[in-house]
Amino acid sequence: MEIKWYIGLAVALFCTGIVGVLTRRNSIIIFMCIELMLNAVNLLLVAFSKMHAASAIGIADPSIVSNAQIFVFFIMVVAAAEVSVGLAIIVMLYRNTRSVDVNFLNRLKN
Amino acid sequence: MSNIFQLVWLIPVLPLLGFLINGLCRKQVSKTMAGIIGSGTVFGSFVISLLVFLSVKEGNTQVAHYFDFINIAALKIGFDFQIDQLSSIFLLIITGVGFLIHVYSTAYMHDEEPKDFAKYFAYLNLFVFSMLLLVLGANYVIMFIGWEGVGLCSYLLIGFWFKNTNYNIAAKKAFIMNRIGDLGFLLAVFWLIAKVGSVDFHNVFESVPKLFAEGTITIVDITGITLLLFVGAMGKSAQIPLYTWLPDAMAGPTPVSALIHAATMVTAGIYMIARSNILYTMAPVSQCVVAIVGLATAILAATIALKQNDIKKVLAYSTVSQLGYMFLALGVGAYTGAVFHVMTHAFFKALLFLGAGSVIHAMSGEQDIRNMGGLKKYMGVTHITFLLACLAIAGMPPFSGFFSKDEILAAAYNNSPLLWGVAVAGAIMTAFYMFRLYAMTFLGKFRGTTEQEHHLHESPKAITIPLIILAILSVIGGWIGIPEIFMHGGHRLEAFLAPVFAQSNAITPKHHLSQTKEYALMAASVGAALIALVYAWNRFIKYQKTDKEETGFGKVLENKWYVDELYDSIIVKPLMSVAKYFTNVFEKKGIDGFVNGVGKAVNYGSRQIRLLQSGQVGTYVLMMVIGILVFFIIQLFL
Repeated sequence: MEIKWYIGLAVALFCTGIVGVLTRRNSIIIFMCIELMLNAVNLLLVAFSKMHAASAIGIADPSIVSNAQIFVFFIMVVAAAEVSVGLAIIVMLYRNTRSVDVNFLNRLKN
Repeated sequence: MSNIFQLVWLIPVLPLLGFLINGLCRKQVSKTMAGIIGSGTVFGSFVISLLVFLSVKEGNTQVAHYFDFINIAALKIGFDFQIDQLSSIFLLIITGVGFLIHVYSTAYMHDEEPKDFAKYFAYLNLFVFSMLLLVLGANYVIMFIGWEGVGLCSYLLIGFWFKNTNYNIAAKKAFIMNRIGDLGFLLAVFWLIAKVGSVDFHNVFESVPKLFAEGTITIVDITGITLLLFVGAMGKSAQIPLYTWLPDAMAGPTPVSALIHAATMVTAGIYMIARSNILYTMAPVSQCVVAIVGLATAILAATIALKQNDIKKVLAYSTVSQLGYMFLALGVGAYTGAVFHVMTHAFFKALLFLGAGSVIHAMSGEQDIRNMGGLKKYMGVTHITFLLACLAIAGMPPFSGFFSKDEILAAAYNNSPLLWGVAVAGAIMTAFYMFRLYAMTFLGKFRGTTEQEHHLHESPKAITIPLIILAILSVIGGWIGIPEIFMHGGHRLEAFLAPVFAQSNAITPKHHLSQTKEYALMAASVGAALIALVYAWNRFIKYQKTDKEETGFGKVLENKWYVDELYDSIIVKPLMSVAKYFTNVFEKKGIDGFVNGVGKAVNYGSRQIRLLQSGQVGTYVLMMVIGILVFFIIQLFL
């Protein structure tokens, strides 16, 4: 499959994420959109890695093929940790305001 | 080379130590200790000075190098002391008279608080230190350090009783006037560095005639340098137009007036010009200016002294007038005469001031001679010593003032009979006002309150002994300079100082007056002064207090020719109004406006920008995305 499809999918996912963050007020959905953007980037990484591996057939060093893929695993681990922190914040937010609407969080205004 | 020269550095360092001890421990030391430390250190300096003088007398001179003071590129200024005939004479005067005045002060200042007493001695020691530095310095820069130091001490001591506003004003006046003169001195030093590349006395005096012969420096340079140096001397030695600070400086304690404002500091200008004599001899225009300014000052101050009623003011104007004579001597090339008069003047003027202090002490602070009179029978020692000093300053033979003044008058006649005539007129006035002062103070009937009369007493020993020593010196001090016509080889001071003035004397050889002429001149000046003396004695012995105001010319003289008022209206007031303009308009609207404006602009700007912080997370994110896009576009397409 050509690389452009992967890029197209990643850009579509990323834009969906941005639009979601900008337009939605529900903090859980915003959070999900952020995850979406993150995974768009992950997808790109894997795709480019595969692309490079395809063009590098015949090279003895297999690490070239696996580098970016290992990188992606790291990102997923960090993202999982981030999710736990982010969800905890949202739970605290809900407990304090009885709402997950981000527009209530304007105490720092002016 | 003499061994005693290795101790020369101790001469200024001893008073400096005294200053440090008394100054830093002024709350701990008792009055007795402060007095002993103050006087003792100066006495130590005096002993070393005496030994140095004896060694110099045998013909030893030296420039002692201690360390490099300034060392930049080609300019090397060492911390050097010059030990020669001229400086050793001044060392003796400063430490000798200084010591007597320190002793006198222990009694005179006895009513002060212990810590003020110690402070007073600390200042006095600091003054002696600076003055010694001034005369010992072997280049203009070291001299300038002392020059500034004595100015500072003068300021501190005039304002010693700083709780009195008038005294503070007098102190400030002295300091500012001195600073004006110092600027001239400083400019002269820069000019010297630019043209000669050195400030060392030896170098300068040797190379200037050479460079002049080569044409590297012109007569304009020499005249400019000497005139600027003279501006410095004008400030320090109270000559027209910078003399008005000296009479006001009488606000300080009387021993201070005696030491600083009569015997030593005010003669710094004369020392400096005598030291630079070769430069002045090479610049006839400057010499002429010095002579004319000196003579004008001598006359002007003498006329003012005729009508003053404050005992210290009379002496102050008399000092200004005598300093004028010294400058006249310098101007006509009689450098020895000037130094001679500095010396004799130091003796009799210090004596007059100390005598006046003794009188003021006895009169419980009264300084107006109209309220005195008849003190002769209460104060024996003070009276006799004061009379001797008056005779000396009036130039009566064989008192010291006669010899020095006669030498100056003869030199003036040599230069021009007109100078002589005016100078003699000044001498007549000197005799008149001194005996007016004497008669009004010591003769006739007592005119003060009965309370004061009961209190009248002779001063303690610490006061009378310095008076007696100074009186002896005032009488015999002139005998080291007996004119050639009385005694062959009698002028020992001239022979002693000859090496210092050798260069100048080579350019302008001394031509002696004929014997008969010299006798005639002497007789004329002494006779005229004697007539004035007797007239004043007779007139003021019967002085009665009147309420009648002075009228006409007498009023002008009593008000000091209105010179202070003149300075006030042409210099002080315009300066004040310019200053006021600058504080009110330039400072407040200009500088303050700018500074406050910056603050206000920042305040206003931040108030507006603050509104961007809406608190809406969405807005922030939108801004962020827009920002990222902008960078993205710039990065990719631009």
